[in-house]
Amino acid sequence: MALAPQPTQQGGARTAQTPTVPKGDQKRLLIDLLLTGLIASAIFGPIVGMNATAPQGGLVLEYRWAAVLWLVGIVVVGRLLLHLLVWNRPDWVKPIHIKRLGAGLAGLGLVSLLLGLFVVKAPWFDAAGVFGLIAGAWFYISSSNETAAERGAPSPLANAIEPLGKYVGVALLLIAIALPFIPGVDRRIVDLAILMLTYVMLGWGLNIVVGLAGLLDLGYVAFYAVGAYAYALLSTIYFPLWFGDGITPWAFWLVLPLAGLFAACWGLILGFPVLRLRGDYLAIVTLAFGEIIRLILINWYDFTGGPNGISDVPRPSFFGIPFTNDENGFAATFGLTYSPLQRIIFLYYVILMLALITNFVTMRLRKLPIGRAWEALREDEIACRSLGINTTNTKLTAFAIGAMFGGFAGSFFATRQGFVSPESFVFMESAIILAIVVLGGLGSQIGVVVAAIVVIGAFELFRELNFLKAIMWEGFDPTQYRMLAVGVAMVLIMRWRPRGLVTKRDPSIYLKEKKAVSADLVAQGHG
Amino acid sequence: MANTWQADPVLSVEHITMRFGGLVAIDDLSFNVGRHDITALIGPNGAGKTTVFNCLTGFYKPTEGMIVMRHEDGKNFILERMDDFRISQFAKVARTFQNIRLFAGMTVLENLVVAQHNTLMKASGYTVAGILGSRSYKRAEKAAVEKATYWLEKIHLIDRADDPAGDLPYGAQRRLEIARAMCTEPKLLCLDEPAAGLNPRESDDLNKLLLSIRQDEGIGILLIEHDMKVVMEISDHVVVLDYGQKIADGTPAEVKIDPAVIRAYLGVDEEEAPPIAEKLITEAIARAENEPPAQQGGR
Repeated sequence: MALAPQPTQQGGARTAQTPTVPKGDQKRLLIDLLLTGLIASAIFGPIVGMNATAPQGGLVLEYRWAAVLWLVGIVVVGRLLLHLLVWNRPDWVKPIHIKRLGAGLAGLGLVSLLLGLFVVKAPWFDAAGVFGLIAGAWFYISSSNETAAERGAPSPLANAIEPLGKYVGVALLLIAIALPFIPGVDRRIVDLAILMLTYVMLGWGLNIVVGLAGLLDLGYVAFYAVGAYAYALLSTIYFPLWFGDGITPWAFWLVLPLAGLFAACWGLILGFPVLRLRGDYLAIVTLAFGEIIRLILINWYDFTGGPNGISDVPRPSFFGIPFTNDENGFAATFGLTYSPLQRIIFLYYVILMLALITNFVTMRLRKLPIGRAWEALREDEIACRSLGINTTNTKLTAFAIGAMFGGFAGSFFATRQGFVSPESFVFMESAIILAIVVLGGLGSQIGVVVAAIVVIGAFELFRELNFLKAIMWEGFDPTQYRMLAVGVAMVLIMRWRPRGLVTKRDPSIYLKEKKAVSADLVAQGHG
Repeated sequence: MANTWQADPVLSVEHITMRFGGLVAIDDLSFNVGRHDITALIGPNGAGKTTVFNCLTGFYKPTEGMIVMRHEDGKNFILERMDDFRISQFAKVARTFQNIRLFAGMTVLENLVVAQHNTLMKASGYTVAGILGSRSYKRAEKAAVEKATYWLEKIHLIDRADDPAGDLPYGAQRRLEIARAMCTEPKLLCLDEPAAGLNPRESDDLNKLLLSIRQDEGIGILLIEHDMKVVMEISDHVVVLDYGQKIADGTPAEVKIDPAVIRAYLGVDEEEAPPIAEKLITEAIARAENEPPAQQGGR
């Protein structure tokens, strides 16, 4: 009985979404579509339609009306579909139909995408596949949310995701451990996995500051930079100077703890002035701090090499054994054939281990008084002080420990790249790390992993989307639109999961039964 | 006759004045709190009661005057010179808030464990031993949970130990806040309007809880209260404030008929005050017993 949709409720829900066009009014529907088309052309016309190029001396405007037409067409047809299928659908179309249509579309899209990628190698299949997937997912989620709302139940997406949480962690860990040996995994994928794990580690580090202690930090990349430069400077200049060249293979393992320590010190240096700041003010000062570090790196030419950065940073060694193709190398020592992949796989396991240590320490800290004090600080600072908690020390430890993990990650970054420069530590990096934490759900460890995979994966995916070149204009470069895609993804996630992917807080201790705390009750911190 | 609060005070407030710019919130206030007494601080709205609490617990520093906390072992603490968190940690003064300040997103048990932060911090070797998984920390945590269980049984919330504190009904949140303050092992418990928004039955339960805390833990309780039934039933000593000044100080029976108190509360002349006051207070008590006040919403 509850399943039968009640006309009044349904009508109410629809008018709430589209108050403009009543059902069956073709004239107004047409006007609405025209307006949509106008707005779309007004936006896409100047942005996409005109491109200023400078071939040999002169500045020339190049027109790309075909691309504009395509985009406007997509928007208008999409709006029409929304009118017909979602907002103003006839009574015989039930949400369940839309849901099935969505599932079907998504399925077809997936098949088409896979066909296009691996079998036919035709960009049109890819394009149709991506659009099918997106449209299908949209229909599926919006209609299933609607059916659930009619029953008064929470969104099925939430119900579907949450119980999986337990297994996702284990599954991801197993995949991560086995990844380099899965058949078909090549250097490109291991490289991508290293990048993702670096961001997972940074996300976990920032999660201590933002997720647990509720202190908004927009300058986290500063600590990443401190770690990277600590390793680069010590291993290229100071260690050979102090201990001779023999130290170089060991440099990474010696500097790693030092880099963490330096970064933690910088965490304290940032922490002291911002102790009394909250919310927006804290965010601004941390943002400025990140920029200060970068500007120092650019301008202190004698010490940091300025904008040129530091090159020839020593590559990591297998605990003293270098990954080279000679008789002292890793391959010869262990009787293997030399392959450049060995170093990459080693790097992969190093960052996996570092990330797992970060996770382990964070999970432990959450169950220690300091971790509980962080969370209590996020909930209510005044109550904390009334209970005898030294909020100054609590904040500073959060900054320092979060910064320390950033430092470790930075040190790893330097040894992986073999080159550091201030270019790698721009504000955008801080923003991406923060986006990963926020998308994952503040304070959630597994959420950060999923968000890092999604965000970094989406970034890299855009390098692969060559089919877009086929349907767009000549010389279209998908990589330039990466940020746009990430922005759209972020808007969508925030629309459906406003508190991030994982919205439940796990209690740190329980008496009889562990019950997750709903995110509605959990404070987000005020800085 | 020497009163208990003069013979053996746990807290002496001496001539404190608190100015906010031109506004004098507390004006030369002195009073004592007995070691095992329940002391009520009452007064009309805006009399400066919560400001006194904020001075006692270090959230404000009084402009003038001295506040001394005296422990049984002879240690004295001058509260206006201490940071707020040190007052709770060393001078052992705990407080609750007028607008409840629980950690809403943490469970009931977590709230009580956070209150034992300093003990646990020491047991975890300031986190270092805790990260390495030391046995002594596990023992200390177990003891902390036992203590929390004791208090949860006392406030009848043991069945909701694993629920988020923000999900509790209003009256339970008030009790939990008191239990949380008690988990810091205070020698003086300061309660800011603990009965506000409680119905008569809950208010009776609160009285029993406060009396049992005094009896079992042997500590002093200082409370701000508007509910005269609570004040008259359980307090041993009443201090009355008006416009930041003390206008009366004595047993409930003495204060009830004090002309200055009646003038402050009712705005009538001194001669006609005592009989009117007695009548009104009796009426108020009768009213409070009969009809439940409007329930205030949780936060």
